[in-house]
Amino acid sequence: MGIEGIGARVLRKEDKRFITGKGRYTDDHKVAGMHYAAFVRSPHAHAKIKKINIKDASKMSGVVGIFNGKELTGDGIGNIICGWMIHSKDGSPMNMGAWSALATEYVRYVGDAVAVVIAETQAEATAAAEAVDVDYKVLKAVINPEEAMADKAPQLHPEAANNIIYDWEIGEEAATDAAIAGAANVVEMEIHNNRLVPNPMEPRSALAQYDAAEDHFTLHTTSQNPHVARLVLSAFYQVAPENKLRVIAPDVGGGFGSKIYIYPEEIVCLWAAKKAGVEAVKWTSDRSEAFLTDAHGRDHVSKATMGFDENNKIVGFKVDTIANLGAYMSLFSSSVPTYLYATLLSGQYNIQNIHCNVRTVYTNTAPVDAYRGAGRPEATYLVERMMETAARQLGVDPAELRRANFVTEFPHQTPVIMCYDAGDYGASMDAAMEAVDYAGFEKRRKKSAKKGMLRGIGMSCYIEACGIAPSAAVGSLGAGVGLWESAEVRVNPVGTVEILTGSHSHGQGHETTFGQLVSDRFGLPSENIQVVHGDTDKVQFGMGTYGSRSGAVGMSAIEKALDKVEAKAKKIAAHMLEASEGDIEIKDGEVSVKGTDKKLLWHEVCLGAYTGHNLPEGMEPGLKEGAFYDPTNFTFPAGCYICEVEVDPNTGTTTIEKFVAADDFGKIINPMIVEGQVHGGLAQGIGQALMENAVYDESGQLLSASYMDYTMPRADDLPSFDVSTTETACPGNPLGIKGCGEAGAIGSPPAVINAITNAIGHNNLSMPASPQNVWAAIKAGE
Amino acid sequence: MYETSYSRAKDASDAAKKMRAADDGKFLAGGMTLLPTMKQRLAAPSDLIDVTQIKDIDDINVTRKEVTIGAGATHAAVASHAKLMKVCPSICSLASHIGDPAVRHRGTIGGSIANNDPAADYPAAMIALDATIVTNKRKIRAEKFFTGMFETALKDDEMIKAVTFTAPKSGAYAKFPNPASRYAMAGVFVADHGKKDIRVGVTGASSDGVYRANDMEKAMGGKLSSEALDGCEVDEGAMLSDIHGSAAYRANLVKVMAKRAVDAAAG
Ligand SMILES: Cc1cc2nc3c(=O)[nH]c(=O)nc-3n(C[C@H](O)[C@H](O)[C@H](O)COP(=O)(O)OP(=O)(O)OC[C@H]3O[C@@H](n4cnc5c(N)ncnc54)[C@H](O)[C@@H]3O)c2cc1C
Repeated sequence: MGIEGIGARVLRKEDKRFITGKGRYTDDHKVAGMHYAAFVRSPHAHAKIKKINIKDASKMSGVVGIFNGKELTGDGIGNIICGWMIHSKDGSPMNMGAWSALATEYVRYVGDAVAVVIAETQAEATAAAEAVDVDYKVLKAVINPEEAMADKAPQLHPEAANNIIYDWEIGEEAATDAAIAGAANVVEMEIHNNRLVPNPMEPRSALAQYDAAEDHFTLHTTSQNPHVARLVLSAFYQVAPENKLRVIAPDVGGGFGSKIYIYPEEIVCLWAAKKAGVEAVKWTSDRSEAFLTDAHGRDHVSKATMGFDENNKIVGFKVDTIANLGAYMSLFSSSVPTYLYATLLSGQYNIQNIHCNVRTVYTNTAPVDAYRGAGRPEATYLVERMMETAARQLGVDPAELRRANFVTEFPHQTPVIMCYDAGDYGASMDAAMEAVDYAGFEKRRKKSAKKGMLRGIGMSCYIEACGIAPSAAVGSLGAGVGLWESAEVRVNPVGTVEILTGSHSHGQGHETTFGQLVSDRFGLPSENIQVVHGDTDKVQFGMGTYGSRSGAVGMSAIEKALDKVEAKAKKIAAHMLEASEGDIEIKDGEVSVKGTDKKLLWHEVCLGAYTGHNLPEGMEPGLKEGAFYDPTNFTFPAGCYICEVEVDPNTGTTTIEKFVAADDFGKIINPMIVEGQVHGGLAQGIGQALMENAVYDESGQLLSASYMDYTMPRADDLPSFDVSTTETACPGNPLGIKGCGEAGAIGSPPAVINAITNAIGHNNLSMPASPQNVWAAIKAGE
Repeated sequence: MYETSYSRAKDASDAAKKMRAADDGKFLAGGMTLLPTMKQRLAAPSDLIDVTQIKDIDDINVTRKEVTIGAGATHAAVASHAKLMKVCPSICSLASHIGDPAVRHRGTIGGSIANNDPAADYPAAMIALDATIVTNKRKIRAEKFFTGMFETALKDDEMIKAVTFTAPKSGAYAKFPNPASRYAMAGVFVADHGKKDIRVGVTGASSDGVYRANDMEKAMGGKLSSEALDGCEVDEGAMLSDIHGSAAYRANLVKVMAKRAVDAAAG
């Protein structure tokens, strides 16, 4: 591997600029003629717009334009789309309501954009936006998805009767019912998965430039997938044709899913720059806007029933889920509670019968879409709380109940589409149990009890699907795009290398890990390698980064391109050295003929490729190759997490005493970066379990709308994590990578809650397990 | 933020004069409360009169048991004052748990008590320590100073210069932080002044802001004993209720924190 090759703990190259404050984020970009946008937002969760009075505002200093939704749609700007078609079980297509980037007639959540002010300075734009006088007729709002489905509930969109977007199912209902009816033991639960606000450190931002002479737009924006943004902005929103629109996602400070989507603000900045006749318009969200308008995550309510035979083998699993999608359907919102969720309900277990019904519902809340884990955390939370609860009900050790039901033979076809390719679930469970000293728990519990504290231990054996995704497969399930990835490897005449990737790094460290593939292959030092991403003018095309796909899919594309580069370099070297191609070896920056002292330096071969003075007959000059990689299957990272807590019964405060994570991510390129991803994921998962909660009041006002009320996990809330990995190679891609970006957030919430319910002695507890909720649960009892 | 005029006061009377001349002025100390409110456009004072440059406004003076803390003393200064630590470590510890390092190096005791946030820490200490608030006009006993949530006895042009108190025999502050903001959700300061005089100040929990827990003081009868509090009932009806803590939960926390503070004060 070398010191900078595959498997090495190479320090992150990008961190020098990040930690010295030299990162260049969208808001850091300033251009001549730059104006600022401020949005007029609805203070009401549901209202009809009667009149927008801009008389005073338009006279204010610096104001160059104030535009509304009717002008936007009048100019032919298309409605915001949801890119994944889901059909209800009766065959009808999902009921998607219209979403205009600026509201035209109705506002449907607090923060819905009604108009935009373009002004010379930020302060002028903000002041004028405040002076825009919107006359609303306030309508009754509905926040709770169950209430939204009731007959007399307020209707959000004429397209969706009873606010139901679709009523979808997967698996065989009759067979599952029959299996559960015949079960020796049945366990039932109702489970809530709390709504979260993503909170990336960098808020969303857009800088739209318009070049009138060329009729050409450039958009700098906080995106996880700039090419997808360009495609959608062109094909659906009709902002500009693709060849007249360049999208750049420069340094992006975290996304967690929330920056996949193309939001109203980007569309409006592009359109308004041209309309106002200015060179550029910038908008940067403040934290308050981010809380209100970034797509939220999770928000499920489910009823689950699991049947066991007399040997404690699972015979059937039935789930009924209601998912709150908020006021509008965001870009991938429809896929999250369906194909990214219900397909994982088999967990790590051999279950023959599974049925899941999902209803998605409009409510007067912010749109909900993928957030770190996207559907898989919801599935894992359900399955793993169920397993723990079942073990207690059946009177068996939770580890043993899981072990007795593990899938042990691969490939394994589940009844919910997924075919698990490889894994060793017992191995990660063994590793985790040893790391936490599972056997010594009872002793530790007694010690805590002496101090008046309740100690508990909880486990979670998660599986998830990453490496999204085989294009044909997702196409058949309704996806509007293919989910391959592309790469280009450009070797320069002096032997340095540029990797152009369609993946996008917004914290993941791609500039380091992607380079390790080249170091490994040719023995080049990392300073000779540059990773280029995030610019549609530079990179051929790309589907971007989400769903832990950049290792398994993005790097596989790079591997394929490297194969081609290597083959061509060997051909050139063989010709130059008058040897046979098969005898050429590339190592440590040298190209040699095996078993001889004949060799060239790497850069001599590269230069040879570009001078073209001495190439094999008919070969094109140059050394640059591209590849598209389309995966053949999902990948299935899995692992076992164990959490040990101490609960103070007087205050309900939970302290995490130990947290161990044993993951199987397949092949690991940079263990340090993988550990960092796990740490961050665990922090987010523990945040969901103990702290984070987006709460709306009945009228639709977001109560947790700032850090005064939305509890973000902080370093001192978390223990020192004990993380380790076991490895089964992933047969599905050339590197054997499974993906690691979301596992921590997926696997940890049930481990934490199982530990707390173990400590307090009953299962009657919902997330977040805040001190008040735990205290109330202790008081309420079973 | 709306436009505002900024000026610096030379001394307390200059501050009061500037305040009287202003349309809708506000004293500015550390700005840790006032500036965020202005940035969110929830406050729009016409004038900001900065009091932090007044000579000696941030002095901390300890003579035997007599303590004077200047209104401009930052939380960090209070937390780390060696002499104060000797005579009244509980107030140093309280200050060391306010906000984060940035807040503690800007925020001041004067700003905190003038603001009288129902979840602020210092007001509980002022009550339990039987402190006196010294202004440019008069001296006000803490119990008379705090008059309800975000309300104080201060007049418009009245500026806090310092707080004074006699260090107690022993004291302790127990705080249960709000998980999100880490302000107090229930904070109880207990001070034993000797001669059977124990005072209990409670912050964070009540819908009337900081209060003196007379019933707890009475139950202890002058002797620091947490068991003596077992029989005390905290009135749920008087408690705040929000997404972080119901009234019942806060009532419970007040008692738990009171017992912890009493145990800590008893040593
Ligand atoms: C992130 C964060 C966390 C915090 N956590 C806590 C916490 O845990 N516990 C806690 O108690 N507080 C907390 N605070 C508040 C902090 O203690 C503030 O510093 C304090 O409340 C106000 O002090 P200041 O000097 O910043 O006052 P400013 O913000 O400058 O002023 C506050 C108010 O007091 C008035 N004022 C200021 N000085 C005087 C004076 N000398 N005379 C008369 N009026 C005056 C001002 O006009 C204004 O109305 C936190 C604040 C932040 C931003």
